Amino acid sequence: MDWQGQKLAEQIMQVLLLVFAVVSFVAGYVLGSFQMMMLVYAGGVTLTALITVPNWPFFNRRPLNWLDPSEAEKHPKPQVAVSSKKKGTKK
Amino acid sequence: MHSFGYRLNGLLTFAVTILALMCAITSLSDNFNTPSPSAEIKIININWFQKQPQGHDEVSLMMNVSADLQSLFTWNTKQVFIFVAAEYGTPKNSLNQVSLWDAIIPAKENAKFWIHTSNKYRFVDQGNNLRGKKFNLTMHWHVMPKTGKMFADKIVLTGYSLPEEYR
Repeated sequence: MDWQGQKLAEQIMQVLLLVFAVVSFVAGYVLGSFQMMMLVYAGGVTLTALITVPNWPFFNRRPLNWLDPSEAEKHPKPQVAVSSKKKGTKK
Repeated sequence: MHSFGYRLNGLLTFAVTILALMCAITSLSDNFNTPSPSAEIKIININWFQKQPQGHDEVSLMMNVSADLQSLFTWNTKQVFIFVAAEYGTPKNSLNQVSLWDAIIPAKENAKFWIHTSNKYRFVDQGNNLRGKKFNLTMHWHVMPKTGKMFADKIVLTGYSLPEEYR
């Protein structure tokens, strides 16, 4: 997923779960059935998981441009200079 | 949201938290129920009334217990536990409560009932105070929820008394 995709997935997940919580509570209360509330909610959690957890293509519409490996080899990482450590204290 | 496992964990945690909130609201919804239960207990017969070898009074009764407890049931009720207790005072104990009979009502349909029964549990006194004793019969109920708070209440029925002499 790209960054926008991650944010979108999280938002969709939160909204869907809250919506299913409300819908299942209302359904259970109106029908007078605790079991109905639990079943609808469980179905909602499963559906939300199917929509938001896997790495679907529509979450990757603005893909990140990672550097091509062959290009990276041409520009080796600079060596970290070994510098003397300062022991100054800051207050 | 960085990986499959991360998203799955976030979703499951949020889902369970919301589930806890739903259960809390469900329990709160029970407070909107205004029950109107009724009960009647008739003592049909005193089977026997004796002093036991240890010296305590014991009585065996036949009762007709009838009640309509349907209004206690809500969508969040798992079962209702009821029991009948005899209440009286003695010089030794200011209040004695002796459980005589109990039952579990699993569903609303079974909550309107009539039963002819002897006392399920022994009616024994701590002493010899039962001759001519006036007592109350109380019908207690515990409404056990599927989730959340349990409600308990009772009806007190007065005017019962035991015989003056052993039989």
